[in-house]
Amino acid sequence: MSYINKPKVAHPSLPVNTLGMTRRQYEGSMSTLCAGCGHDSVTASIIEACWGLSLRPEQLVKLSGIGCSSKTTAYFVSGSHGFNSVHGRMPSIASGANAANRKLTYVGVSGDGDSLSIGIGQLVHAIRRNVNMLYLIENNGVYGLTKGQFSASADIGTKAKRGDVNSSPPIDPVLLALTLGATFVARSFSGDKAQLVPLIQAGLRHNGFALIDVLSPCVTFNDHEGSTKSYTYTREHYHAAVEADFVPLAQEIAVDYAVGESLPVSLHDGSQVILRKLDPDYDPTDRTAAYNYIGNKLKKNEYVTGLIHIDGSDSTEFHNLNHTAEAPLNSIPFEKLSPGRAALDQLMGRFR
Amino acid sequence: MPGLIANANRVNDFVVKFANVNGTGSASANSLVMKAIFRMGVPVTGKNYFPSNIQGLPTWYEIRVTRDAYAARASQVDIMVAMNAETYSRDVRELSSGGYLIYDSTWPRSALLQRGDITVIAVPLAKLVNENFDGVRNRILLKNIAYAGVLAALIDVDLEVISALLTESYGKKPKLLDSNTKALRLGYDYVKQHLMSPLPLRVEHMDKTRGHIMIDGNTAAGLGCVYAGATVGAWYPITPSTSLMDAFKGFCERFRVDPKTGERNFAVLQAEDELAAVGMVLGASWNGARAFTPTSGPGISLMNEFVGLAYYAEVPCVIFDVQRVGPSTGMPTRTQQSDIMLCAYASHGDTRHVLLFPANPEECFYMAVQAFDIAERLQTPVFVMSDLDIGMNDWMCPDLQWDDAYRPDRGKILSQEELAGLEKFYRYVDRDDDAITYRTLPGSSPTGAFFTRGSGHNQYGGYTEDSAEYQVVLDRLKRKFISAPKYLPKPVMIGKGSSEVGIVSLGSCDGAIREALDVLGRQKIDVDYMRVKSFPFNNDVEVFLRTHSTIFVVEQNRDAQFRSLLTLETAVEKSKLNSILSYSGLPMSADPIVNEIRAKLAEAPRLSAVPRKL
Ligand SMILES: Cc1ncc(C[n+]2csc(CCOP(=O)(O)OP(=O)(O)O)c2C)c(N)n1
Ligand code: SF4
Ligand SMILES: [Mg+2]
Repeated sequence: MSYINKPKVAHPSLPVNTLGMTRRQYEGSMSTLCAGCGHDSVTASIIEACWGLSLRPEQLVKLSGIGCSSKTTAYFVSGSHGFNSVHGRMPSIASGANAANRKLTYVGVSGDGDSLSIGIGQLVHAIRRNVNMLYLIENNGVYGLTKGQFSASADIGTKAKRGDVNSSPPIDPVLLALTLGATFVARSFSGDKAQLVPLIQAGLRHNGFALIDVLSPCVTFNDHEGSTKSYTYTREHYHAAVEADFVPLAQEIAVDYAVGESLPVSLHDGSQVILRKLDPDYDPTDRTAAYNYIGNKLKKNEYVTGLIHIDGSDSTEFHNLNHTAEAPLNSIPFEKLSPGRAALDQLMGRFR
Repeated sequence: MPGLIANANRVNDFVVKFANVNGTGSASANSLVMKAIFRMGVPVTGKNYFPSNIQGLPTWYEIRVTRDAYAARASQVDIMVAMNAETYSRDVRELSSGGYLIYDSTWPRSALLQRGDITVIAVPLAKLVNENFDGVRNRILLKNIAYAGVLAALIDVDLEVISALLTESYGKKPKLLDSNTKALRLGYDYVKQHLMSPLPLRVEHMDKTRGHIMIDGNTAAGLGCVYAGATVGAWYPITPSTSLMDAFKGFCERFRVDPKTGERNFAVLQAEDELAAVGMVLGASWNGARAFTPTSGPGISLMNEFVGLAYYAEVPCVIFDVQRVGPSTGMPTRTQQSDIMLCAYASHGDTRHVLLFPANPEECFYMAVQAFDIAERLQTPVFVMSDLDIGMNDWMCPDLQWDDAYRPDRGKILSQEELAGLEKFYRYVDRDDDAITYRTLPGSSPTGAFFTRGSGHNQYGGYTEDSAEYQVVLDRLKRKFISAPKYLPKPVMIGKGSSEVGIVSLGSCDGAIREALDVLGRQKIDVDYMRVKSFPFNNDVEVFLRTHSTIFVVEQNRDAQFRSLLTLETAVEKSKLNSILSYSGLPMSADPIVNEIRAKLAEAPRLSAVPRKL
């Protein structure tokens, strides 16, 4: 890409990243969500993460379905192309877009309704296809945009604002992704920016499907007493098992980690995720152990957060399995794609 | 039957039908016979009537030997190769009077042979094969080749031509070549030694297939996608469209894999369903690749929501609808043109879509290429309305041609350089006043970034719930649709243009209509014929409808969907349009067209002779 980004004039005291860009240049249009909505905090973390990575805006592609959460792709990095598709079908748009150009960075933002009900089929298959993208579920246990019906992530016994009690078991996206073989599975909380930002950065750099389930309370329909997805409940039942620090390729690992508690995982571009295990028994590279650990904690109503599972190898990433050309498919010259007249003439012999 | 002149001279003009059990390998024997006749320079068509099943059900294959090169199904059977005990009595019944029945007399069937007007040819095929070959599967397969030998002797197919075909197929496997050649000779020699041959229905060398190929529409369309430069194909398997993606993949593996690195210049995504398949096409097209999906009616039903998004957000999208018999699952292995209305207005809200109507495999190839150009020029979904008859049957077509000077029309995409000179970019502003706006590709530059959405948007690409802003975009979409015909293939006009009577049709009805025109012509009934190749209709369609007073609309569905579309989208008076409908699931034949036109004109005799006053 020959394009050189001309930074807008910024106040000299505002910090800039290695591209000379300020955080403000990673913002999008004004949010129209309710004041205090968890989703807006996630948007802020995405902005911080992209700024911190010095991502060129045009290298990012933003995708979403339908819902309050899915609207948020308009609220960050306005210099990126965005595709707000139809309800529950963002993964297929992402899969096709990624097939056409493997070089861009894809972030999908979805909700628990968008991903776990109408769109669960597409989510499952995008994980299975190991499409290289970061997939954020802004999980609030309800359908915000249609005014607060229970979603498939609502816990048994949780109370709706109008008093209904949910009796169907929840679908947990983290357990789901683990069973499907996802190579990057994390959970966080919209209110924990310190934890969420490095997770987003690592997810963006991971070569393969990265899922982050972000508990993101809906202040309007699901933040009351009796709800298990409220700010208060989430803070009280929040259990960080692994902290992740993201270390970009160019940066030295500066912090000292106590031996035995830190676990560096290399990503395909040379950057690293340093996992700090808050629970010494926990091994985030062991999928089965991770599954059991999460499952047991969930039974005790504890949300385990952090980078729950990571597998740094990218051999099953879609393009690696497909042996797709390194150059983006949308950039291959027509002369190389169309076999031409002589080949057609020769081919005709097969049909006589 | 029209086109076949009663028994006197039936050289190169008759129909052979094979009754088989599916899963027994009969297809290769049947196509061996067809290809041999084709190589003798004699035009043929092949129609496969197969069950939606993998093994054990009845299946038929029909070869029409047609010196006049008619493409349609003939509605009579002159020779029945009855190899399926289960359908035997039905097959005997189907044979036309004066026809020949070939059956396996290893198990004699005298009780069932109660027709005095046909000739029964008994050949102990199983006995011959069992005496000469071992192995159950082997015997089943070689019995097919043996009946091909029988038929070859009876209708005088050149044995050298068949041998050459066998050598091409099995040249690298001498054992298979030996056994197949031997089986062929078993049948052939049996006839020569025990029976009178050839029959009056026989094949003679001609020179009418030079410069032609035998190809099915799905193969041709898949090849067209390769030549068009499509790099992303997404699909969910469904009969009768599956072989289109198989063909694309096969040709890509041949032409698009770097021999040194093994790197592929294509990606085929087998989606989890048709919703996802079309979503992938949208994602890939939006991101600048040429992308397509092949499907059939049930798949189109599922794709509706995304089709509306592509229409409203103006994302190019190429969909091949290889139509089959509906409603619902219907008869998956039978043909129909019953998705016309579904595709023309797919999705909720005010939507209308571009349709292309190929009539044969040759047009599938060219229209596949055109479909991408049109979709990208107009930034909208384009449906290529093939059907099972075109898609899965072998048709004789002129050699496919390619002009190396062709370059894709990618439509209005702003390059990085163009964007660098822009202060601001707005996705839906009609800068050129032609209702088509500029798009940019992800990865180009922050100036070109825009937000694609199916929700209400204004011409700047922003979210809106403002009526006036919404209508600006919706009205431009209408203008764009109305302007579409200038990018679309024009109708084909046949006839002197001076008759008051006209036929209007589309797609795979073409062969039957052309044959019907010949029959009517011999009866001094002069009819003009217009074959529509695209929707929205261009002005030629209006003119034809206006200048003919009695019009027959020929199509393959029950509800006269094409006629409905004509009445909705042109100024034609409904009462002028008479429907000729075929919705049995079988490819159309000329008979109903001839009969219905004659009957109608007999009601109003003045129509047939009087030339039109302009
Ligand atoms: C096909 C279809 N059905 C229903 C809807 C209505 N709808 C819009 S958003 C939504 C639920 C969104 O819930 P979630 O994904 O959890 O997002 P949230 O608003 O909670 O962030 C529904 C049902 C739709 N847009 N499309
Ligand atoms: S309804 Fe809930 S999810 Fe939607 S914007 Fe308001 S707080 Fe957020
Ligand atoms: Mg929700």
